[in-house]
Amino acid sequence: MDITLPILILAIPITMFLILGIGGVKMSHKMAGILGILGMGTTATLAYIVAFTYFFSGDANFIIDGVRQQYQVFDVTWLAFTERLVVNLGFLLDPISAMMLVVITTISFMVHLYSWGYMEGEPGFQRYYAFLSLFTFSMLGLVVATNIFQMYIFWELVGVSSYLLIGFFYKLPSAVSASKKAFIVTRFADLGFLIGILVLSFYSDTFNFMQLTANPGGVLQSFGGATFMGASALTWAMVLIFTGGMGKSAMMPLHIWLPDAMEGPTPVSALIHAATMVVAGVYLVARMFPLYCVVDASLTFVTVVGAITAFYAAVVACTQIDIKRVLAFSTISQIAFMMVSLGCAYDLPVEGVHYSGLGYMAGMFHLFTHAMFKALLFLGAGALIHAVHSNNYTEMGGLRKYMPITHWTFLIGCLAIAGIFPFAGFFSKDEMIAAMFSRHWFWGAWMTMVAGLTAFYMFRLYYMIFWWEENPHYKEHKPHDAPWQMSLPLLFLAAVSCVAGFIPFGEFVTFDGVPYHIHIEGSVAATSLTVAIAAIALATVMYRKKNDLPTRVKNMCPGLWTAAHHRFYWDELYMFITHKIIFNIICKSIAWFDRHVIDATMDAFAKITQKTSYAIRGMQSGEIQTYVIWYFAGAVVLAAITWLCLI
Amino acid sequence: MDLSMLWYLVPSVIMLVCGVYGFITRKNLIAILISLELMLNSADLNFVVFNRYLFPGSMDGMVFTLFAVAIAAAETAIAIAIIINIYRSIGNTDITEIKKMKY
Amino acid sequence: MFGNILIWFVIIPVIMMVGLGLCRNSSMNAIRTVMVVCSTALVGLSIWLCCDFLHLRAMGVDDEMLYTGSWMWYAPLNIHLAVGVDGISVLMLLLSAVIVFAGTFASWKISPLPKNFFLWFALLSTGVFGFFISIDIFTMFMFYEVALIPMYLLIGVWGTGRKEYSAMKLTLMLMGGSAFLMLGLLGIFWHSAPEGGQCTWNILEISHNANIAVEWQYMLFCFTFVGFGVLGAMFPFHTWSPDGHACAPTAVSMLHAGVLMKLGGYGCFRIAIFLLPQAANELAWIFIILTGISIVYGAFSACVQTDLKYINAYSSVSHCGMVLFAILMLNTTAMTGAILQMLSHGLMTALFFALIGMIYGRTHTRDIRQMGGLMKIMPYLGVCYMIAGFASLGLPGLSGFVAEMTIFFGSFQNSDLFHRIFVIAATCAIVITAVYILRVVGKLLLGPVQDKHHLELTDATWFERLSTVTLIVCIAGIGCFPNWINETIQVSFKPIIAAIQNAVI
Repeated sequence: MDITLPILILAIPITMFLILGIGGVKMSHKMAGILGILGMGTTATLAYIVAFTYFFSGDANFIIDGVRQQYQVFDVTWLAFTERLVVNLGFLLDPISAMMLVVITTISFMVHLYSWGYMEGEPGFQRYYAFLSLFTFSMLGLVVATNIFQMYIFWELVGVSSYLLIGFFYKLPSAVSASKKAFIVTRFADLGFLIGILVLSFYSDTFNFMQLTANPGGVLQSFGGATFMGASALTWAMVLIFTGGMGKSAMMPLHIWLPDAMEGPTPVSALIHAATMVVAGVYLVARMFPLYCVVDASLTFVTVVGAITAFYAAVVACTQIDIKRVLAFSTISQIAFMMVSLGCAYDLPVEGVHYSGLGYMAGMFHLFTHAMFKALLFLGAGALIHAVHSNNYTEMGGLRKYMPITHWTFLIGCLAIAGIFPFAGFFSKDEMIAAMFSRHWFWGAWMTMVAGLTAFYMFRLYYMIFWWEENPHYKEHKPHDAPWQMSLPLLFLAAVSCVAGFIPFGEFVTFDGVPYHIHIEGSVAATSLTVAIAAIALATVMYRKKNDLPTRVKNMCPGLWTAAHHRFYWDELYMFITHKIIFNIICKSIAWFDRHVIDATMDAFAKITQKTSYAIRGMQSGEIQTYVIWYFAGAVVLAAITWLCLI
Repeated sequence: MDLSMLWYLVPSVIMLVCGVYGFITRKNLIAILISLELMLNSADLNFVVFNRYLFPGSMDGMVFTLFAVAIAAAETAIAIAIIINIYRSIGNTDITEIKKMKY
Repeated sequence: MFGNILIWFVIIPVIMMVGLGLCRNSSMNAIRTVMVVCSTALVGLSIWLCCDFLHLRAMGVDDEMLYTGSWMWYAPLNIHLAVGVDGISVLMLLLSAVIVFAGTFASWKISPLPKNFFLWFALLSTGVFGFFISIDIFTMFMFYEVALIPMYLLIGVWGTGRKEYSAMKLTLMLMGGSAFLMLGLLGIFWHSAPEGGQCTWNILEISHNANIAVEWQYMLFCFTFVGFGVLGAMFPFHTWSPDGHACAPTAVSMLHAGVLMKLGGYGCFRIAIFLLPQAANELAWIFIILTGISIVYGAFSACVQTDLKYINAYSSVSHCGMVLFAILMLNTTAMTGAILQMLSHGLMTALFFALIGMIYGRTHTRDIRQMGGLMKIMPYLGVCYMIAGFASLGLPGLSGFVAEMTIFFGSFQNSDLFHRIFVIAATCAIVITAVYILRVVGKLLLGPVQDKHHLELTDATWFERLSTVTLIVCIAGIGCFPNWINETIQVSFKPIIAAIQNAVI
């Protein structure tokens, strides 16, 4: 494959960033917006061409005997640590990276277009587009990484873009602290990632994904049975690498930054904190999947973390008031769904049926569909916030009459995420739950319950916004649908959410490159549909019209409700650890120690010298008469000694 | 009567001791200067005496004494000039009062 | 003698001093002209040297040191003015030249006594350049002292705050370090004679011939390492750094943190480890503990400071600790990382101090609690500060990341538990760094404006922009295209690594 297109895919966004970042101050808003959108549009087109070439051209580089291959378009040396440990920058094409190219550029283009309307007139409009381009560049670099170190590089860069965009309204203290929190939490997770890479690369002597994943058994052997604290070193490495993914993908207990990240502009939440960056953790696990398979413990770890997070986030989402936070927790829960699905993928034939990586395929499928409908929901939420000027649904209600486009597209999003046939979420969720049941019935049942909760809180949100009771303020300030720049992405994404489920995803993306024919598992589909519909029915009963049923339910177990409303006090716990323990106790005592022990010791040397000098300087009085006395006394003493010696 | 060397040396020692005593105890700069001159003169006297008695053939001691007297005169002139300046600036010549340049 | 390009690195600063001497005190323009011309000449010369050096290496000239020259200076003690550079020194010269250049523009409006300020500044740079070109230990030491002494006056006269105290403290502690150093160097000299030969100060000759007894090596290694370590802000001898930097004027902080502290690290591997490899192998663990503490300790201390310069000084303790830490890992990759870290830290700290000076010049406070929202008021400086911050916390694409990663991956090659524990502790510093950098950025640049008077302040002037852009370009250059520097350094480390490996056998 020609390397021009791949290079352009990366070069256009970064050039846009530099142009808009450096020259943006001199540009008009319109100019900056058009430049940004055009640049992104071009990138999206190129990415589509590359992805379609990969999937459909039948080139021998890409597909051999119906098995899709991994192909490095280019891979150039960037930094050579040692002779063997060399960091390259390259462009890897394989099913998941091609799929991610499509997802990222599509959503990013939609968000660019949407932001033109949403951010209109905001100061720093050019900066906003510059950061969006930076983010897109970093995210694209991340998914096409040929080696784990390149991934780490771009991993950090997406973290920084996310920091910059969350803190876009930098005059608000809440935005500043949210961006800081997001960066530090993910940075902490990246520390694990880094140590994981250190361990892995030390033993396996390579960063390259293809070398690592082609022969996972060989990698395991290269570790030579090294163990640390009872677990094998490879397990440690994989768990630590997964820690990085936990940070970016907001898994428990590193999820605390994502809800706060909603302080950023809503289109940013749609792009970064719903569709692309937060799934980087899932992507990482998928990328390293063969290695996770050889150390079972790490895969179990992924499953357990995912399952706990999914349930936790779903419960919390039921009690939030801020619509963006509900969506944020829903994102956490859905990503955890993908994690569990990956964790349940098995590279073993089960009872004769070759289930090889069904969970893998399903997880990726869900990543794809989720990106579409979650971006749709966020952009819908943005339209609502744009109209009502508040994030809280208590300020909304009955909006279906005022904002029909938003209403219908939002409903489609809700149906998709709830997993109702024939919307996109149904297909991917069905495959995932089937994969979980195939691993163990417990995971299947557990995640079906979470799916039910999902349907419940999404429809709770939907009814609260669009039905319930109208806000009296509407009379003064009538809400209306958003301008075309904002409506167009909504309609497009809604259309995608309706049809994406019918894409034969298994033909394109599978664990081993062998196409897999998706077939709906009747029993699983029926169960999850029933659960979802029951949950929606419950939500309808409780929230369709204003009534006191929700209050009564809440009062039945007030403790639980309050705890869930406060997200089970995770933030408070972190606040306690970071502020009280680390900052106040460790940092302050170290600073004190430095001033009052180390520095004081140095000062004490100086002081002792000075004191001694003062003590003896009286002898150097400057009075010649005293000197003469001493002189003569000395002369006399010497004379006496000489005389005594002579006789 | 032939005077022995001792007749010259004893007064010289007395002069020196008086000079030292005066140098240490006086507070007035002029008095200190006079004491200093006493010590110098006792040394000069010794030079002359030793030259006369021990090396009658040479004149080195005499010459050095003359030289020292001349130097002493110059030195005294400088010292008095300094003293006068000190007197002008602080109004007296008591050395216990002159501590500005200490340390 | 004047045909040797390296000598000109000392001659140009001397010309600079003479030129300044001829200027009248009041004619700011003449002073600036002299400074700009000479510092530009230095940058040009070092770039030319760098290109020529790479060219020679590419042609296959593989001597340890190039451009060598040696002139007898004091025959009874066999002291020469011996010069020569390898890839590391070339890069260090380039770094120093860039920082002198940026420092000139950063102190464009220094007062009072601009002429005297620049005179001392030029003397300081003479010392720095002389140090990096020397391969004779005595000359090296002499230039080291030449670089040290002007600090006292520069801080004591042009500083702010408790300047006399800090100047005194800095000078005394560094002189204390050089006392140890002198002992160590004399010891090396007296043991440097090969069988029946003459004692020598020349690094190359010592490394080729001398076989210093191991018992002596232990003592001399400790002396030299501690001596240079004091300048490299090694725990517990780092306390001159916060006070000294906090009180120093902008350009001096830049040159001091940017270059002078690098003399410590440079001396550590060029003298302590290269000439005393056996002791280095056996005693490294002591200093690994100390520098490991430096890294984490400096970072934690920086978290609670409220004075911008203190934050940076402690951050320098942490970053320079990383330099010494990596040097002690005694393998090519880690030591390469150490040099990269020196370059990176030099540039980014210089940038930090330049920016702090500019901000202080406007707001007249360095207390982060009294400032806020400066991004709105002075966007250019704000953005530069953020870039410096990102470089400091190791953002890919900027120099800090390359250096830190090379250090971590190099250090991790030592596979015993002791090294591993310290490496992992050192990696934790990247999180703490993120904490204090973002804390400062959040308080200083973002959020609401704290002081209404600040709203009237202006953004950077042209000379300030020039100064910062120079540094940022270098930082981004290293960050984006690290490999040529990396290779240059790795090649230069071959003799040192060989010495260490021979010592083991």
